[in-house]
Amino acid sequence: MSLEFLIASAIAVLTAGGIYLSLRGRTFQVVLGLTLLSYAVNLFLFAIGRLVVDRPPLFAKGVTDHADPLPQALVLTAIVITFGMTALVVILSLRSYLESGSDQVDGRTDIPRDETPL
Amino acid sequence: MVLMVLLLLPFAAAVMLALNARASRGAHISIAASASAAGLLVLLGLAPGVLAGTPMTVRIGWIPALGLDFSLWLDPLALLFVGLILGIGLLVVVYAQGYLKRNEATGRFLSFLMLFQGAMVGIALSNNVLLLLIFWELTSLSSFLLIGFWRDRADARQGARMALAVTGGGGLALIGGMLLLGQAAGSYDLTTILGRSGLIQASPLYPAILVLILLGAFTKSAQFPFHFWLPHAMAAPTPVSAYLHSATMVKAGVFLLARLWPVLAGTQMWFFLVAGTGLLTMLFGAAVALFRNDLKAILAYSTISQLGLMVMLLGFGTAAAAASAMFHMMNHAAFKAALFMNAGIVDHETGTRDIRKLGGLAAMMPFTAALGSLAVAAMAGLPPFGGFISKEMMLEQSAHTVVAGQGLLVPILATVAATLSVAYSLRYATDQFFGRRRSSDGPVPHDPGMAMLAPTAVLVLIAIALGVMPMTIAGSLVAAVACAVTGGAAPDVDLALWHGINPALTMSVGAVAIGVLLLWRRAPIAAWLAKRPALDGKALFDAAMDAIVGVTRRVILVVHVASLQRYLFILFAVATALAVDAALTPGGLPAGGRPTLPAGPAAIVAWVALIVATVAVVVRQRERFLALVFISVIGLVVALAFIHLSAPDLALTQIAVEVVTIVLMLLALHLLPKTPPSLSGTLRMGRDAALAIIAGGGTGWAAWTMMTRETRDTVSAYHWANSYAGGGGTNVVNVTLVDFRAFDTLGEITVLGIAGLAIYALLEPAARGVAGQRLRAWRKDTPHSPERHPMMFVMAARLLMPLALLVGFYIFLRGHNQPGGGFIAALVFAIAILLQYLASGFDWTDERRRIGEHPLIAFGVLIATATGLGSLLFDAPFLSSSFGYFHLPLIGEIELATATLFDTGVACVVVGAVMMALAQLSHVAQRAARYAEAKPEDTVNDAEALQ
Repeated sequence: MSLEFLIASAIAVLTAGGIYLSLRGRTFQVVLGLTLLSYAVNLFLFAIGRLVVDRPPLFAKGVTDHADPLPQALVLTAIVITFGMTALVVILSLRSYLESGSDQVDGRTDIPRDETPL
Repeated sequence: MVLMVLLLLPFAAAVMLALNARASRGAHISIAASASAAGLLVLLGLAPGVLAGTPMTVRIGWIPALGLDFSLWLDPLALLFVGLILGIGLLVVVYAQGYLKRNEATGRFLSFLMLFQGAMVGIALSNNVLLLLIFWELTSLSSFLLIGFWRDRADARQGARMALAVTGGGGLALIGGMLLLGQAAGSYDLTTILGRSGLIQASPLYPAILVLILLGAFTKSAQFPFHFWLPHAMAAPTPVSAYLHSATMVKAGVFLLARLWPVLAGTQMWFFLVAGTGLLTMLFGAAVALFRNDLKAILAYSTISQLGLMVMLLGFGTAAAAASAMFHMMNHAAFKAALFMNAGIVDHETGTRDIRKLGGLAAMMPFTAALGSLAVAAMAGLPPFGGFISKEMMLEQSAHTVVAGQGLLVPILATVAATLSVAYSLRYATDQFFGRRRSSDGPVPHDPGMAMLAPTAVLVLIAIALGVMPMTIAGSLVAAVACAVTGGAAPDVDLALWHGINPALTMSVGAVAIGVLLLWRRAPIAAWLAKRPALDGKALFDAAMDAIVGVTRRVILVVHVASLQRYLFILFAVATALAVDAALTPGGLPAGGRPTLPAGPAAIVAWVALIVATVAVVVRQRERFLALVFISVIGLVVALAFIHLSAPDLALTQIAVEVVTIVLMLLALHLLPKTPPSLSGTLRMGRDAALAIIAGGGTGWAAWTMMTRETRDTVSAYHWANSYAGGGGTNVVNVTLVDFRAFDTLGEITVLGIAGLAIYALLEPAARGVAGQRLRAWRKDTPHSPERHPMMFVMAARLLMPLALLVGFYIFLRGHNQPGGGFIAALVFAIAILLQYLASGFDWTDERRRIGEHPLIAFGVLIATATGLGSLLFDAPFLSSSFGYFHLPLIGEIELATATLFDTGVACVVVGAVMMALAQLSHVAQRAARYAEAKPEDTVNDAEALQ
């Protein structure tokens, strides 16, 4: 088992779980799904710099073997923005629930099980 | 630069008028009039040089990559047109003072009028066809605003919409035509294009260019069959009709044809399309005008007819015909604006514009009747008016035109049109001013004040002067303009009332004679026409609009089902299908041969935890608190992975974000249903699971193939090499964030700030209305702990506060050189404050906070932007950073960098946004309860609404 395999398979499982949950009918599940997807996306972006163990991108003269700093910088902002997005979606679903009395993603109260529009 | 002043004057006046909407009518008039007068003076100063043959130019690069320059020029054609715009504009403004009632919104009206004036000046001065398009659209928009000025009137709104739809639609065609023209010519620069007529006429694009540009010009200049919007635009106040819909805007199409004459004219296609449309429009407009009863409708159809005359002359494609068209443009602007003003006076004084109810006005308002009659004589083309000369020139030109071997067809049709125009002109005067008054409703009309009479008188004087001494006033101007239009040598311009007895004079005299006869024997034709069903352009237009709206609505209903689940499914499915297609093409997505890293037992254990937790989130999703626990396990493993894989900054950020995210979700979940029943059936879950597994597997495979390949040369090497030398920090990630890619970071914190404000906007009103009612009901039903703020928790949290702040500060300061920085520090600060909210309650903490979230976000974005702008002072690019090392006794060496200031901004925004989300959410129910206490009467209605 290589580290690359572990990361790739983790990305696969997180993406699958994220997409499945995003397609559910209630807002909180969609929030959970987006969270899982965000983990997957951030890991994927991070992996663009390839995996390097124990050589953080702290500059020292003469060092040539180090982790790629650029994807890390991008992922760092991505993590923070993920929080912003999650917060907005959470609040949006909360307000929608408070206004409509339903936590169905389209704010509908009238959909019995198995009759959601495909 | 003078040209810029000329262009900006009207816009400046428009802004001033809009800002001082509450000033007096006199102040409004004087702003607008002085802007027009100043422009006119500037223009007069420039005129001698321009007429002597040296056009003025000014050019400022705007978007060079698109070929769009802010490029202006003033040649004789532009001079004539700008002169018309400013001159008539000034008279119309003066006239408006008498016309508009005291309580009307003169500021708004004149502001729109000046906006229009600026746009027209822009069209005339543009030396770049893309720039011309911008002003062209602006005239359509300002015309829309002006036609719909009386917005409480349905006909005004409908007329405005129709004008916008027709001229705006033509504008779209014109955009296409101009883009193709620029492509064929290889430049969007007008002067360059005008020099490449051979290239353009030989281009296979020429027919498309011509048709599209003609669509733009014909819709604007109300040519048949696009003429129908102009009569409906008469719902506008009369100054607007005089200015836009007779003297200037409708001539923009004619101007465009004249402007592009050197490159487009001279072909068979040009001749048939332009001259044919013009001739048809001239005939049609004149015929309809004879049988209309509304004064402004008669004038509108007459305008359509006269515009057709100018278009036809340009279509003939000879220099002499172009000169006649330009001379007629001057004449028409003078007498038609005068007539519109006259119609406005009559309407103003008698309260009606129906010619059947008027008559005998000469006795009651002699000045008005005299001015009106003189202007009518000019329109009819009687001597000694300029209209006579230009009409004779038109007949002369048509006499030389041979179509398909027929030398008589065009002259006969032109004479018929001239006959009709004599008839409708004379009817306009006789029925209105002479005979006896046919209706005695309302008060006895009187001549109005000077404000309304003087502008009319000036225009009538010009119309006479253009006939009596044409060569003195207009001779050299017409010659210079004709020269500018054709781009060749000046034609022999000989403007005079008497050219001896020639075919044109015969035709002219015949037209007058038959016209008088026609007017006299008009009744039977009118009676016959009244029995025919009228072909109404408006009905056709409305039907077409209804059809378009109907089709659009049906398409929208099919496409837009307002189901997030469907949209997301389509989105994921399409993305997956595209990726699968790419992977399956030959050569697809093979893995590379890069050596992999062995995974230790700890890594495998963590991986197992992550997989199990993810599966558990999906399986136990309906037990929502449990799902959150599993989510936090995943976040923790991801943070551990970052530590292991040489990304300490990411690990710190991930842990901190994880804490605030989980707290946020707990707070939200507190208010949401905890374990709701499932909505989806088995079939649907199966379908979604299949898609999820394919997409997940594909993404995993993509990640695997990427990680097993070697990297190419990336920009990262630059970051590494310059981090310390150029950015002054050894933590390359942090230097990247605050220096190399600081612009990205600035954008990011702005987005984060906006998210924070959006959250505020979503939660702030939730205390009211139905949402507030639900929150109060929830509050009542939720069990509360007997001990609201446990002593141990409160004390521990308060003790931790300074420690946490110190840690945050430390992380912030070391960020440039060691893992840390503004983002992470801000999250630590936020968590420290959040802990106080949780332990001691919202009120206790809120009282002790000095700075709210809104100022924090604003301050952060401002300080970051200001830091970036500061570098401009030192002639460095935006967001360059500077740094230095200083030695302080006892503390040792410290570094001061402007990047630290930038990082401070970042930290402020992050703290503000995070606190905004969490603090707002934590007490939304409390606020709902307080709102009910403060305004009990409102909540009763809300309760009813909830039932």
